[in-house]
Amino acid sequence: MSLLSQTWHWSISGFIIGLIMLALIYFGKVFGMSSNLRSLCSMTGVGKRVPFFDWDWKSQLWNLAVVFGAMIGGYVAVQYLSDPTNVALSNETLSQLSGFHIDLPNGKLLPETLFGNQIFHPSLQGDLAKQSFRAIFILIFGGILVGFGSRYAGGCTSGHAISGLSNFQMPSLKAVIGFFIGGLIMVHLIFPLIF
Amino acid sequence: MKTLKFILVGFVFGIVLTKSEAVSWYRIYEMFLFQSFHMYGIIMTAIITGVIGIQLIKRKKINDIAGNPIEIQDKEKGTFRYWIGGLIFGLGWALVGTCPGPIFILMGSGFMSVGLILIGAVFGTFIYGVVKDRLPH
Repeated sequence: MSLLSQTWHWSISGFIIGLIMLALIYFGKVFGMSSNLRSLCSMTGVGKRVPFFDWDWKSQLWNLAVVFGAMIGGYVAVQYLSDPTNVALSNETLSQLSGFHIDLPNGKLLPETLFGNQIFHPSLQGDLAKQSFRAIFILIFGGILVGFGSRYAGGCTSGHAISGLSNFQMPSLKAVIGFFIGGLIMVHLIFPLIF
Repeated sequence: MKTLKFILVGFVFGIVLTKSEAVSWYRIYEMFLFQSFHMYGIIMTAIITGVIGIQLIKRKKINDIAGNPIEIQDKEKGTFRYWIGGLIFGLGWALVGTCPGPIFILMGSGFMSVGLILIGAVFGTFIYGVVKDRLPH
C-alpha cells in the first residue's frame, strides 16, 4: 500500500495523464475539463437568455461522467491513500510560506489558512473574522478568474497545456505562456501584497 | 458500459492528480516559485506521452473505438483571447491553486471550501458568456 500512498513520481503521473488524454481521443472525445463549467451553466437553463449557453450540452454528458469519476477518484485517494509524508515541498517554499503565515502542509493537500472549514464559522470576531472573510473572497474571486479566463482562452491546463501542446497547436502555446505569466504575476507580485 | 468507461477514466484521473499532488495549492505555489521540478516534470511527461501517442494515431491512421478515423480538431485561430484569457486564468490558477479538473476532484475529496471556487468558476464562465461578443478575440 505504501507504494500507492507515497507521493507519486512525476514521470509516472505525467505518463498516466498523457494516457488519459489519448484514451479520450480513442473514445472519440477531447480531454478538456473547463467545458464542464459551461455545461453546468447551461444546465440551469440560462441558454434562453444568453446564446453562448444555448448549445448541445447534452452531447457533453460523457465529460460530466469523467468529472463524476474524478470526484470518486479524489475521494478514494484522500481517504485511503494519504500519507503524512505527502506534499514534501522544497525548503525554500516552506520558509516562504512561514513568512506569509500560511500553515505548512505536513501531509495535507491544502492550507487550512485558506481552505479550512473555520472560514465558514459565523461566530468569529476580530482578526479571525477578517481572515475568514479574506479566505472566502480569495476563493470566490480566484474561481471567477479561473472560470472567465479558461472560457476566454478556450481551455485550461488539460485542454491547452496537455491536449493542445501535444498536438503542436500555436493557440495553445500562447494560452499556456499566458497561464504562466499570470501565475508568476500572482505569486511574485500580488501574494506579497495580500498575505 | 458506454458511460462506465468515462467514469473509469475520470476515476484514474482523480487518483493520479491527487497522488501526484497536482491538486495541491502548495504544489502550484512551489511551481510558480520555480523551487521544484515536480509539476514541470508531470506536465512535460504528459505532453511527451501525448505527442508520441498522437503521432502514432496520425501515422498509423488508427481508428477510434467506434471504427471511425480519428480527426483531432485544430484550435481556433486567434491571438488576444489566448494571451489575455490565458493570463487571467493564470492569475486565478496561482491564487486558488486549482485549475478546473482539480476543483471537481477536491470537492469529491470532501473539501467543502473548494465549493466556493466552483461557484466562482461557474459564475466566471457565465460572465464570459454574457460579455463574449464585446471582447476582442
